[in-house]
Amino acid sequence: MLQAYWWLLIAVLGAALVFLLFVQGGQSMLACGYSPEQRKLMVNSLGRKWEFTYTTLVVFGGAFFASFPLFYSTSFGGAYWLWMLILLSFVLQAVSYEFRNKRGNIYGTGTYDAFLMFNGLVGCVLLGVAVGMMFFGGSFTIVKTNILDGGAPIISQWVPTHGLEAIICWKNLLLGFAVFFLARTMAALYFINNIGGQPELTASMRMKALYNGLIFAVLFVAFLVVLMLQPGLRATAGGALEPVENIYLHNLLDMWYFLAMLLVGVVMALYGIFRSAFDKAWRCGIWWSGIGVVLVVMVLFFIAGYNGTAYLPSLTDAQSSLTIANSSSSEFTLTVMSWVSVLVPFVLAYIVYFWYKMNAKPLTAQEVDSDSHSY
Amino acid sequence: MNDLLGTVDWSRAQFALTAMYHWLFVPLTIGLSVIVAIMETLYVRTGNERWKGITKFWMTLFGINFACGVATGLILEFEFGTNWSNYSWFVGDIFGAPLAIEGILAFFMEATFVAVMFFGWKKVSKGMHLAATWLTALGVSLSALWILIANAWMQYPVGMEFDPAQMRNVMSDFWAVALSPVAINKFFHAVFSGWTLAGVFVIGVSSWLLLRKRNVEAARSSLQVGTWVGLAGILLTFFTGHGSAVEVSRVQPMKLAAMEGLYDGSVGQDIVAFGILNSEEKRAEGDPMLFSIDIPHGLSYLIYGDGDHFVPGINDLIQGRSITADGDTVYGLSYYDKKVIGAQAQEALRQYDEARKAGDTEAMAFAAQQVKENFQYFGYAYLADPAAAVPPVGMTFYAFHIMVFAGGYLLLLFLVLIFVCYRKPAVLEHPWLCIVGILSIAVVWVCSQAGWVLAEVGRQPWVIQDLMPTGVAISGIPASSVKLTFWIFSAIFTGLLIAEMSIMLRFIASASKKDIQSSNN
Repeated sequence: MLQAYWWLLIAVLGAALVFLLFVQGGQSMLACGYSPEQRKLMVNSLGRKWEFTYTTLVVFGGAFFASFPLFYSTSFGGAYWLWMLILLSFVLQAVSYEFRNKRGNIYGTGTYDAFLMFNGLVGCVLLGVAVGMMFFGGSFTIVKTNILDGGAPIISQWVPTHGLEAIICWKNLLLGFAVFFLARTMAALYFINNIGGQPELTASMRMKALYNGLIFAVLFVAFLVVLMLQPGLRATAGGALEPVENIYLHNLLDMWYFLAMLLVGVVMALYGIFRSAFDKAWRCGIWWSGIGVVLVVMVLFFIAGYNGTAYLPSLTDAQSSLTIANSSSSEFTLTVMSWVSVLVPFVLAYIVYFWYKMNAKPLTAQEVDSDSHSY
Repeated sequence: MNDLLGTVDWSRAQFALTAMYHWLFVPLTIGLSVIVAIMETLYVRTGNERWKGITKFWMTLFGINFACGVATGLILEFEFGTNWSNYSWFVGDIFGAPLAIEGILAFFMEATFVAVMFFGWKKVSKGMHLAATWLTALGVSLSALWILIANAWMQYPVGMEFDPAQMRNVMSDFWAVALSPVAINKFFHAVFSGWTLAGVFVIGVSSWLLLRKRNVEAARSSLQVGTWVGLAGILLTFFTGHGSAVEVSRVQPMKLAAMEGLYDGSVGQDIVAFGILNSEEKRAEGDPMLFSIDIPHGLSYLIYGDGDHFVPGINDLIQGRSITADGDTVYGLSYYDKKVIGAQAQEALRQYDEARKAGDTEAMAFAAQQVKENFQYFGYAYLADPAAAVPPVGMTFYAFHIMVFAGGYLLLLFLVLIFVCYRKPAVLEHPWLCIVGILSIAVVWVCSQAGWVLAEVGRQPWVIQDLMPTGVAISGIPASSVKLTFWIFSAIFTGLLIAEMSIMLRFIASASKKDIQSSNN
């Protein structure tokens, strides 16, 4: 029960992270031809939110560590290059907003903007690849008794490519690019909502939401088809893992309420995109699509981990695969952490309150110009 | 095996690199957030716009530094998984919890209120903005609290038990982990050292402005706040540092011995006030110090409050030797005894696993009991010889003494500045005093880094005291991969540090040409 609860929290954090990747999507748009004023507005609009994405990524990692440490141990230590590239892109992002417009930044504004674009592309695609591994697997083995061998004590062993093989797996990349175009779509919707006094920019973003949204829809449908055809592993009552054909399709049918949730999420996301594209006065697309995206991503996590499904299948040794039952923290720790999670609604409440206070009025060029801390 | 050793060394180097870079920025963030909050409080209480200008000036420097701290912090968290995967499983059940709590309670608080602090001047009321600034400072310190609880647990593992079925440690008492005396001391010591560092930073930058005779009033006001915060910080750092040393003597006596370069302890043990270590060969021959100035009975008195108490040295700890208050030599567990106990625990664990595979529940229960009884020294079975149980003495000794000397100098600096501020204010602008203030910035950072080097090098070879040596904690990645990421991160962090310093210097230089208040509004 506690394991399921913590998988739910992981799903919520993962979904929030994907929603907040609109910051990365917006960064990836900085390469396109905008006027200096529009570009400045876009950067400053994103610059007031980047820390939420960053923090959610950190908390996502921390929560995984606390609740499913064997995943933390196996995936991070195994798919080394995948995670290092993701981290590298986020490290570069972390300083870029603060440094890009400051005098004496040595490398010039263009370099920091290039860092932001790098993070926008690499961060989204590779996070998608990392989530893709939860469905399409990794090549690893886990032998816990290795800890008793002082000469070779490593518990989790991965193939020598250490995550590079996951990056070139087309199925993972399909999800990776779907995430990338989703992030761009969400960014366009965010700009429509957050930037004021720029009719040209807003009109351009309405079109961008549509184009990127359509590309995302095609990629996501392709991903769903591949996913429904994908075999997987399911734990038996004794804990052994057995192969199951079309496991994710079965999971959706077995847990029909998640299928309903998925459909609601898709409809909300599409409604947000299409109405934003065609209703010139509407600015709320980010919330409709955002909630839709959160619902869809949560469902992906649910069908990855619930119903005894291996959420990190091993392609090398099926019995090494990770399920929420065999990779979780102890009941005591999960209980302690569950008490801590009682505080989450309070945290969410002050985030929502201050988000509202800070965004009550759209960001304008005048506000950015008069702000001593503008980027 | 060679590749394994290479991976250990490069993983250690990478973690040390990240931690040291992170610790360049974090203490300034901790201390400067408090100083900025005090300045803004003065603005809100007095309504004096000058304080608003001053607050914004330091807030900008805080923001530049904050970004670098955030960047390096991300890597640190994930490196536990990427480079120390065995560790992540072996103790993840305990260690992961503080990290997750840090994220939920502290990071979101920082992320939310730092945005209000920077961008909310015209969007929220004065009082709410001030609250946001204080909540940012609180979030920063809360973040430090949880990560230091996690760090302290590695040095003093409590509130856990070993689960042989899963071959890992599991938490059994959360409050023992969260409120361990080592954690409490470590937290306050680190946070107050951050106040000290930020105080000196403010003094140094203000001294530069005074030297250039620009923004004199703002610089004087800032210097005054920096000096008070710094003085409070250094006094509390000394107090908690003493507490830390007492805890170290209790839970990591080998670290204390290395801190003092003490090989053969004695009753009424002197403390080395200043010393130069002999070569490793001569130390092995029983002649540890090339030169030293000692304070008689100082170490015994400082640690035990009894000038005649016995303090064990490295050789005593290896042999398990101690001297009682009556002067009798007694022997407890030696290195060899602990190694035998650790080996028994590991052998019992093997037997447990075999019994589990055979479905022999009786044998499992017996083996589990054997593991439990011998687990305390589980890690000693991995060590090759007694030398492997000793941390690098030179680095630990010098880090400790540099830290103490620098701390003593900083206390003197704050006292002098307090005197000058209130008794001889004109002297504040004396070029020599200004130059001392500026140069002290380097001293405080050396002091701060030395503290972390002492804490982390001094606990070697253990990643978890007595239970897991660093070499067993690693991931199964080739040394060449870690080597490459080490150099990539070295280049990036160094590049970012250079950019950060350049931006700060340009910003401070511009403040010497313009009025701080008008240039920042």
